[in-house]
Amino acid sequence: MAITAFLIFVAFVLGLSFYLGYRTRTSSGYYAAGGRIHWSVNGIAFAGDYLSAASFLGICGMIATLGYDGFLYSVGFLAGWIVALFVVAEPMKRLGKYTFTDAVDAKFNSRGIKLAAAVSTLVVSICYLIPQMVGAGVLVEPLLGIAHHWGVIMVGAIVITIVATAGMASTTYVQFIKGGMLIVFSTIMVIAICARGFSTKPDQGGQVPFYEYATLAATEADGRLAVAEPGWEVIETQEVKAAGVSFAKLSREGRVGWWLISRAEGRVALKETQSVVVLSNGTKQINGAPASAENTLRQVGNIERLRGKTDPVQESISPTELLAAMSDKDTVVRRWKDASFTDKDGAKTTLYFPVTTAGNILMRPGLKFKVQGTPLEKLDFVSLMLALFLGTAALPHILIRYYTVPSPASARKSTIVAIFAIGFFYILTLFMGLGAMINSVMNPADSNMAAPLLARSFNSLLFAVISAIAFSTVLGTVAGLIVAASGAVAHDFCDRFLRIRMDDRRKIRAGKLSAFAVGTLAIVLGISFKGMNVSFLVGLAFAVAASANLPAILMLLFWKRTTAKGITASIVTGVVLSLGLILFSPDMYKQFGWDPTTAPIPFSNPGIASIPMSFIVLVVVSLLTQKGSTRVAGHPV
Amino acid sequence: MLHEPASQSGRDPAAEYKARLGLWMFLFYCLVYAGFVVINLADPKLMEATVVWDLNLAVVYGMGLILFAVILAVLYDLACRRREAALAGEPAKKGGI
Repeated sequence: MAITAFLIFVAFVLGLSFYLGYRTRTSSGYYAAGGRIHWSVNGIAFAGDYLSAASFLGICGMIATLGYDGFLYSVGFLAGWIVALFVVAEPMKRLGKYTFTDAVDAKFNSRGIKLAAAVSTLVVSICYLIPQMVGAGVLVEPLLGIAHHWGVIMVGAIVITIVATAGMASTTYVQFIKGGMLIVFSTIMVIAICARGFSTKPDQGGQVPFYEYATLAATEADGRLAVAEPGWEVIETQEVKAAGVSFAKLSREGRVGWWLISRAEGRVALKETQSVVVLSNGTKQINGAPASAENTLRQVGNIERLRGKTDPVQESISPTELLAAMSDKDTVVRRWKDASFTDKDGAKTTLYFPVTTAGNILMRPGLKFKVQGTPLEKLDFVSLMLALFLGTAALPHILIRYYTVPSPASARKSTIVAIFAIGFFYILTLFMGLGAMINSVMNPADSNMAAPLLARSFNSLLFAVISAIAFSTVLGTVAGLIVAASGAVAHDFCDRFLRIRMDDRRKIRAGKLSAFAVGTLAIVLGISFKGMNVSFLVGLAFAVAASANLPAILMLLFWKRTTAKGITASIVTGVVLSLGLILFSPDMYKQFGWDPTTAPIPFSNPGIASIPMSFIVLVVVSLLTQKGSTRVAGHPV
Repeated sequence: MLHEPASQSGRDPAAEYKARLGLWMFLFYCLVYAGFVVINLADPKLMEATVVWDLNLAVVYGMGLILFAVILAVLYDLACRRREAALAGEPAKKGGI
């Protein structure tokens, strides 16, 4: 059923694109849908653009694994729309034509700004494309049973077709349909979560029996570990320093497995884990048996104690009851973490092990962002919140949507519709994430599938629809980003910077060729970044956007002494500094397979340094270049 | 090279008012948002405190920031429409945003 729904949806989207493509005859139609989209449609399309894989897959997944810290992304992502509404929406519409570059260059007609802004648009779009493509692969893999890279290639091919046929018009209507469906079906899912209620032994509505993980008592003397229960033999122990945990390899009646060594209150216990082992000959084993369609990792995540009680079943709950019970200090949730190492036989082993967390800790910041940690860790948190707040209004695929409506007032109204729709959805993410956390639906190897797997635990129809929506989420956002990137290459760079004379037909062709090139690059990057949480990656894209674009927009609007050279220098500083800080950060070192503690930059979110620096450079360069700076007459802000 | 918008719109006499109002509302929201970040850094345990309906401060403040954005957006639109209508010499239309 999921595959049928998926195929119907793809066929519908492609049909719509070909139909709208047939009607697209001008460059204004291709890049800005002719500026004739109604504000209410554009508002929901904004929601469709914005509620990307990061929001639906990434945030739900992060809440499901790290609790409230995932919701911080929801808060920050929505807050960013305040900047868009109050500061950017109407002036952007008044100043621009097709792209961010048009707006920021409107007062100056500077080649430096054209080049810098085009490059910035391209860089931010590509940074944002990576998590979308990663999300695409994650989604298609279980849905169609194909490998991650084939999923990424398939999505890339479909999106290139959508964009290359009709540009912004098809992208807008795809986003409108998807944005609306996402909000409606997410609401249905939250109602289903509340109707199901709580259980300490969740069984997915009777579909999947709850698996009881074993705990063994053990003793430790002279550094030697022994299992108290007879029949068990300790083969070896393994410490994983990066994760701060140790494991024991046990054998019983010929079966071998890894167990977590837990030391608490002077007692030693061994807790059952799940394992994925890739042997030196390339064979993959899951939980001690060969990997197959039947032998996969068990779904995990449940409440151990609800308000101090170990075995309650509460059949339906209100939304506030759900949040209140989950925040209670006597509620304990079992989450799963992972640790990897290579054993002495050369087998690459990844172990998934349980940890318990009290509700009061789970439902406040701290599990991912160390708000009680070192000053640098605190700085990382501030940096993220700053980038999320300031990044939205600087995202190229959001900014170009202001050109699809007929007037500045329509730009404002569509932003308000977007705030309503997006705000409502982000409130739902907290319920969906917590629902996935406690209903034994999580794949311990991939947090990104939390929402679709939660839907599957209710029924296959909901799973089919949610998967199709999630897929369209990726399609729509990638399409918007590719339109923005192709506009940067064809319109900003070729037409306006290089001054290549093109008629309308050639402009559209240049846009389509650029879309093909950017789409191909996105496919390659999507395959390379497999496995990273998509919300985290999007957070980095926000930091680049906020550093590169926002200082230029704000200062252009509110500081009369801003010069073309100041804007150019600010954009270049923002792009280079934010990308540089990201590339040398601990999280990227981990992605490259290097030791994260050796990373020269001690924090992972660059905004706290790169955003102020971009502002400072703009001010200093503008003050130094006041003489001879010229503004094009007739372009009031 | 062309600079005009994809779809032309006339001069907006309310533009200055809207820009000024938007800036003040933006700064006001910034303060409330900064308060959220500061509490998390200065006293994260305070976020565990039960505030209303058995919900903790983290949930109430986080969701409050989302709802506050919606309320400010509506107020801003209302003010903008009134000013646009006044300067255009006609009453503001009722309903909708």
